[in-house]
Amino acid sequence: MAREATKGRKAVTTLVAWGIGLVIFFPILWTVLTSFKTEVEAVNPHPSFLFFDWTFENYRTVNERSDYFVHFANSSAIALGSTLLGLIIAIPAAWSMAFVPGKRTKDLLMWMLSTKMMPAVGVLVPIYMLARDSGLLDTRTGLIIVLTLVNLPIIVWMLYTYFKEIPGEILEAARMDGATLSSEILYVLTPMAVPGIASTLLLNIILAWNESFWTLNLTAANAAPLTAFIASYSSPEGLFYAKLSAASTMAIAPILILGWFSQKQLVRGLTFGAVK
Amino acid sequence: MTVTIRTLVGASLVLALTGAASAETTITVATVNNGDMIRMQRLMPDFNAKHPDIKVNWVTLEENVLRQRVTTDIASKGGQYDVLTIGNYEVPIWAKQNWLLPLDNLGADYNQADLMPQVATALTVDGKLYAAPFYAESSMLMYRTDLFEKAGLKMPENPDWDFILQAASKITDKAAGVYGICLRGKAGWGENMAFLSAMNNTMGGAWFDKGWKAQFDGPEWKKTLSTYLELMNKYGPPGASSNGFNENLALFQTGKCGMWIDATVAASFISDPKESKVADKVGFAPTPTRAGGSNHGNWLWSWNLAIPASSKKADAAKTFVAWATSPDYLKLVAEKDGIANVPPGTRVSLYQNPEYLKVAPFAKMTLTAIQSANTAHPSEKEVPYTGGQFVAIPEFQAIGTAVGQQFSAALAGKATADQALAAAQALTTREMTRAGYPK
Repeated sequence: MAREATKGRKAVTTLVAWGIGLVIFFPILWTVLTSFKTEVEAVNPHPSFLFFDWTFENYRTVNERSDYFVHFANSSAIALGSTLLGLIIAIPAAWSMAFVPGKRTKDLLMWMLSTKMMPAVGVLVPIYMLARDSGLLDTRTGLIIVLTLVNLPIIVWMLYTYFKEIPGEILEAARMDGATLSSEILYVLTPMAVPGIASTLLLNIILAWNESFWTLNLTAANAAPLTAFIASYSSPEGLFYAKLSAASTMAIAPILILGWFSQKQLVRGLTFGAVK
Repeated sequence: MTVTIRTLVGASLVLALTGAASAETTITVATVNNGDMIRMQRLMPDFNAKHPDIKVNWVTLEENVLRQRVTTDIASKGGQYDVLTIGNYEVPIWAKQNWLLPLDNLGADYNQADLMPQVATALTVDGKLYAAPFYAESSMLMYRTDLFEKAGLKMPENPDWDFILQAASKITDKAAGVYGICLRGKAGWGENMAFLSAMNNTMGGAWFDKGWKAQFDGPEWKKTLSTYLELMNKYGPPGASSNGFNENLALFQTGKCGMWIDATVAASFISDPKESKVADKVGFAPTPTRAGGSNHGNWLWSWNLAIPASSKKADAAKTFVAWATSPDYLKLVAEKDGIANVPPGTRVSLYQNPEYLKVAPFAKMTLTAIQSANTAHPSEKEVPYTGGQFVAIPEFQAIGTAVGQQFSAALAGKATADQALAAAQALTTREMTRAGYPK
């Protein structure tokens, strides 16, 4: 009896989980499906789910009209660059907060997080002017710096919680053996925190890849990433849903594939530790 | 440490590369994704052949993103853009703020006198042209000739709203999925409010009186909104409160609308047999007016090329603007893509070209509509503003959209017409008072 009840409950939980998963995934699925429709079919008020005339026309048009690989290269450089730069700054910062906390460490962490609470548009003009005066408008370097700063609080917080899980005694032992500060971080702490660092890295690449406010506002022609590529397919006069969907599918495909392959690592990292 | 150095080296390399690329004059053109703009990008080899020293970068953005990007850049003198694609709503406002460079001397063969006077007037401030029109449109009534015939209707030369109500009721066949009329319902200053502001002009109404007092408590707006709601609730397609230009275009192209009142540029889409199932069954008439009225709404929109005052390469930018809006460009499009695809509405000579009139059945009505648009006096009443389907003041974007939300809610059945009008009156009065208008 008891066993059956568990089985039944398991089936229900599985079903509910799949249901929720499908609901969350549906917009992406719909985008992909729409990208294979004709423009008129895409706005059909009674859309058909699978039984429409599949066409690759939108992908052909998008490839003819814009240079996907330039945008792709920009997105990759910006996402990777800002994440690596962020980690270089955040690992020592999180180390000091986790292992040698001061009186104000908690306040400092809260303050860092509070910078995320301000709407980005509030600092658009000052940052735009700083970028203009330093010649960083429409450059990858400029975006790497801005996105590093934008995502730094999240990187520090994530690493901090992972580091907190690591017993300080191990680091102490390393110090007793004569390890310098940098070798302590590099050879003792980092290898132990690899799952945490990996998931921080992945999550931040995804965040930076999808970031649209700064990437749209600080670029024009040269450093425009895939967000600008998508934005160029919306039209005030003329049908555009199918082409926009094709562009979106192409833009999210790399990050979707990356997420697919690294999901184990991501889930492990995100659920790692007792505080979550 | 080494990683940091590598990042720095990488960063300076990127900087060096971007620096090296700007040896020739490179200009950046910001534009929206419209068919005519995309065609211009395809025709760039012609420009490159004529001006090998100028390299053109394109930035195509969504309309509202473009507006936001460009305003940030101009206001902070960023100098990211050398040519902007902006509407005739922005041109006079931005010109008065000294954000745009005047466009004199566009070259000997530019023939400025050939520009459609109504369009050029809307882009002129203190006698100077501040933007060159790329294409222009007014509004008109598009209808299905086959459905009219079946219902025994004949489109009058000058239809009024009573006729439209009557025709819509006769054509509507909901069982067959045919709706008498499709109109914009999606909230926004350039969406439902473009149509409703123009419709209110035809009813003899106005947005503001001489002293900038909002007019939503007057009889004209009441008549406008009640006629609109009657048309849409009884004879319109379901879910109309989220329909904009594109949604209605798709409905009309697939044979679901008997009539559609919208931008004249739609005519070329619905007459294109490659896109439209009803291409050979469409007729065109002026935007309806009230019985005995003569105001057809004064809808006038143009997409224009302008040069921001922050541009550091104004000469090259001017060369480009002249190329893209010159009579030669129209010839180029006619040669490459056929004369039916020439950007409409900007040049008088196009409408005197018998070849164009032959392939574009909508050309005459487009011309009539544009010529009858009087943006200097949009309303029959004496008003302190210019415009047509919009009011040419900076505050209109926000107010127009807020009012549009009220009217869209009324269409969706979430509020009555009277409630929507009262809310519109209150919010417009509040915002205008805050902006310091009513004297």
